[in-house]
Amino acid sequence: MASFIQLLVSGLATGAIYALIAIGFTLLWQTSQTINFAQGEFVMLPAFFVLAAMNVGAPYWLAALIGIALSVVVLGVLFKAVIVDPMMRHGVLPLVITTIALSLFLKESVKDFYSSQAQPFPAPVAPRDLHFLGAVVSLQSVVVLAVAVLTVVALHLLLNKTRLGRCMQATAQNPTVARILGIPVGRMVLYTFLINGALVAIASLLISPIYLAKFTNGEALGMAAFIAAIIGGFNQVRGAILGGLILGVLDNLSAAYLSSQYRGAFPLVILIAVILFRPQGLLGRVEERAV
Amino acid sequence: MLRTGLLVSLVAAGIGLAGTAHAQQKTVYMPAILELSGAGAVSGTNFRDGMLMAIDEINKAGGILGHKIETPVLDTQSDAGTSRAQLQKVLDNNPYVVFGPVFSGSVLVTQLMTLKAEIPEIVGGEAAAITQKNNAYVFRTSFGQQFSMPKIANYIHDSIKAKSVAVVWVNNDFGKGGRDNFTKEMKDRGINIAADISTEVGQADFSADVVKLKGANADAVFVYLNEEESARFLKEAKKQGIKAPLIGETTLLGQKVIDLAGGAAEGVQGHVGLTVDAPIKAVQDFAAKFKQRFNYVCDHNGIKGYTGVYFVKYVTEKIGKFDSKAFAEKAHGITITPKDEPGILMEAMWDKNGDIDRESFLGEVVDGKQKIVKTLPMLSKK
Amino acid sequence: MRRLGPSALAIAGVVAIGLPFLLKPFGVYLISMWAVLTIAAIGLNLTLGYAGQVSMAQGAFVGIGAYTVALLTAAGWPFFVAFILGGALCFVIGWLLGYPALRVQHHYLAFVTLAFNTLVFLVLRNEEWLTRGSYGIAGTDRPSLFGFSTDNARAFYFVCLAILVLLSAATWWMMRSPWGRAFVALRENPIRALSLGLDTRRYTLMAFALGSTLGGLAGGLYAPLVQFIEPGSFSLNMSFNLLLMVIVGGSGRFFGPFVGALIAVLLPEWMRIAEGYYLIVYAMLVMVLMVFCPTGVLGLFEKAFRPKKAPPPAPATLKAEVTR
Repeated sequence: MASFIQLLVSGLATGAIYALIAIGFTLLWQTSQTINFAQGEFVMLPAFFVLAAMNVGAPYWLAALIGIALSVVVLGVLFKAVIVDPMMRHGVLPLVITTIALSLFLKESVKDFYSSQAQPFPAPVAPRDLHFLGAVVSLQSVVVLAVAVLTVVALHLLLNKTRLGRCMQATAQNPTVARILGIPVGRMVLYTFLINGALVAIASLLISPIYLAKFTNGEALGMAAFIAAIIGGFNQVRGAILGGLILGVLDNLSAAYLSSQYRGAFPLVILIAVILFRPQGLLGRVEERAV
Repeated sequence: MLRTGLLVSLVAAGIGLAGTAHAQQKTVYMPAILELSGAGAVSGTNFRDGMLMAIDEINKAGGILGHKIETPVLDTQSDAGTSRAQLQKVLDNNPYVVFGPVFSGSVLVTQLMTLKAEIPEIVGGEAAAITQKNNAYVFRTSFGQQFSMPKIANYIHDSIKAKSVAVVWVNNDFGKGGRDNFTKEMKDRGINIAADISTEVGQADFSADVVKLKGANADAVFVYLNEEESARFLKEAKKQGIKAPLIGETTLLGQKVIDLAGGAAEGVQGHVGLTVDAPIKAVQDFAAKFKQRFNYVCDHNGIKGYTGVYFVKYVTEKIGKFDSKAFAEKAHGITITPKDEPGILMEAMWDKNGDIDRESFLGEVVDGKQKIVKTLPMLSKK
Repeated sequence: MRRLGPSALAIAGVVAIGLPFLLKPFGVYLISMWAVLTIAAIGLNLTLGYAGQVSMAQGAFVGIGAYTVALLTAAGWPFFVAFILGGALCFVIGWLLGYPALRVQHHYLAFVTLAFNTLVFLVLRNEEWLTRGSYGIAGTDRPSLFGFSTDNARAFYFVCLAILVLLSAATWWMMRSPWGRAFVALRENPIRALSLGLDTRRYTLMAFALGSTLGGLAGGLYAPLVQFIEPGSFSLNMSFNLLLMVIVGGSGRFFGPFVGALIAVLLPEWMRIAEGYYLIVYAMLVMVLMVFCPTGVLGLFEKAFRPKKAPPPAPATLKAEVTR
């Protein structure tokens, strides 16, 4: 039992990070039909912004702020202006190729201009372990979970309780109608890119102390976020959260009780099952196809 | 018409560029094929930087037999197909010897080609299979898994006196090869494998693996992972309070893992094939110079690259000419001592299969540093 | 294109036959790799470019074909039997993978195929009794033809080239047939195709099966070309790379895969003059290329050379969906 709780708690902590990454992924899809295959690299990169800032003498809190700011600018504004905007009207696939190339570009740049070696990354909290029903949880995991939940709640409030949020939702659901209603669609789309830039930076700050900063980190993270987004529902923020948590827990349970060699397979099988039998995702809404 | 013509000239230009000829003036062409991008980038980069140091030292001192070493380094992208292409590219330019690759799969594909071309290949791969193919042109720079695993096994059997052991390994060719060799050695010594846990490259969460380990209740745990995964595993093992001794081979006791694990590596023990912490002055001096030049701590692959170049220099000076075939003949059975060639750092001997024999060490992590507790003699001197 | 067709094809033919005599073995290896990957990309172009079914699993089919040939020839089977069997196996698996396409479309289909690709990788790696696991399989022999060994680089290039020519001629012929038109109808408007009495179900499955078969056949050449295969060679990266070839070349255009594969194989090699930074430069070029010609290189050429004519058939891009 203790071990089951251990698996559950650790899985939730890891899953919360997947969820953070997955949310941005779904946001971009909803507002701009961008399937961002560089999302994992987007999480890898801010850690290096922070490390670079600390190397020139910035204290952790300042470096973290610089990291988030740079991430919002580079991965939010620049990404949208330079890559997504010119390509949006050409459909999904050319943009998919571009984000795949972008992921290679980011990985190689970090490797060549920073280091190929994994780097230790400062933790926002002291390394302490908490005991809980026979399971051990690091304080860090609890903080990760808390920050993730807070971020998601804040995002939920923004999207549902503010005028701005409702405009963004309208843009996501039907850009044409939104435009007729006088919503500045372009700006709303930009906001989702900014939010994604901030989310990946937060995810980076949270996961790098555990995961260590390395140029290849994005590969596994991006895949996990991708699976989480689809299981939960590709067009719903809430779904991405559920998907992330499910994935984190499922990963642990299947590795512990089923097969460690095939641990990567279970989430994929579930993903296929979800798409075939509930293509809108566990919490997603039904999409109608334009004929 | 125009389109096709343009394409054709592009193709021709591309292949022409790719096959750039190298200068022949008093240089010796010894290219390297290494993992500079992709999954093997850390190993490949270390190997390259180690080589660069040796090459600069040798060139500054006048080269080999008066020839400057010319070593372009080509990236394999950690992929076997690309390795083959890059090796073909350098073979087209008649190299004297070839260095790399480090990934065993890439070594297996390239060694077929160097054998056919009769060009010695100084590899970084550690899979047992590499030297079991009667290939007279392949030379290792570190122990194959068939030599390192018995040393670990002896340690677990004789010093830890374990009756059962759990294995945690990374599921790629490196990890699988190590795990298979290790399991065989354990069976030979009558030690029970209590748990056999496969992990993924880039795995974030090791809690399930450590939970399984706890359930297995083994007398010792053998950990065979890459650097970052080793560090993550150690953190999780410490968190969940694993009591059994954690045993590793080279990587687990490396300074990089100790730094990354931040305290969780304390008390880890095991066998170290090549280490910058070896109680040998030449090795430590090399490590310091390396750190100064490249600004990171060199791992065993750096030493492999460095000593590999000096191995070529020594053998070449013994035969007195740049003759690939004569090199391969002479290098089998050769012993090089630091007295004869300081750059070899530690006495080394290459046997008839191209396997290397050196002293190695048993170590332990104490106060955030690797501490060598025992030096194991060369196999041939037992 | 049609006007220039014969002369352009003749020149391409002369070049394809003459080039290996001018090149060193490295160049021959590269153009052999080009031929092999082109076959796989033609398959993907069939599924994606013509029939509009997004597949991100083409790399897995190359893998299945490669493993079939490597394992069977190692067990003593003749190469060409193993080669055909690899293609046949991919036909069956591709047909089965087509079933999800009957339920979901577009990006959902992409996700299913992407998951399938990773599952195939896991099976190749974990089922060691069958595939030798992560150790891979080294030394697949190149075939003998009428008693002549094709072990030599140039000889094997001609094997690859001959098979490429054969398969592209078959594809060309098929695209001219009612089948090809059915595929395009499927892409352009599946519901109208259905209402016109087209058995969309059968054609969807067929598009998957045929595209996958070409992937498998390419794999059957990949194994003896590289002479070492491991599960990692056929991971998502390979699928992404093939997708890149189709899109960069010009999706839905017959010669798109030829040009796309040329770019994907040769461009990184040319960029090696940038030494350590070559992959950065390569990635940048791909991005620039996509931003400036999202319809692919051939799309750009058509725009540049035929500005006055009617626009070419729309490339198979996923159409943005309206969500309500």
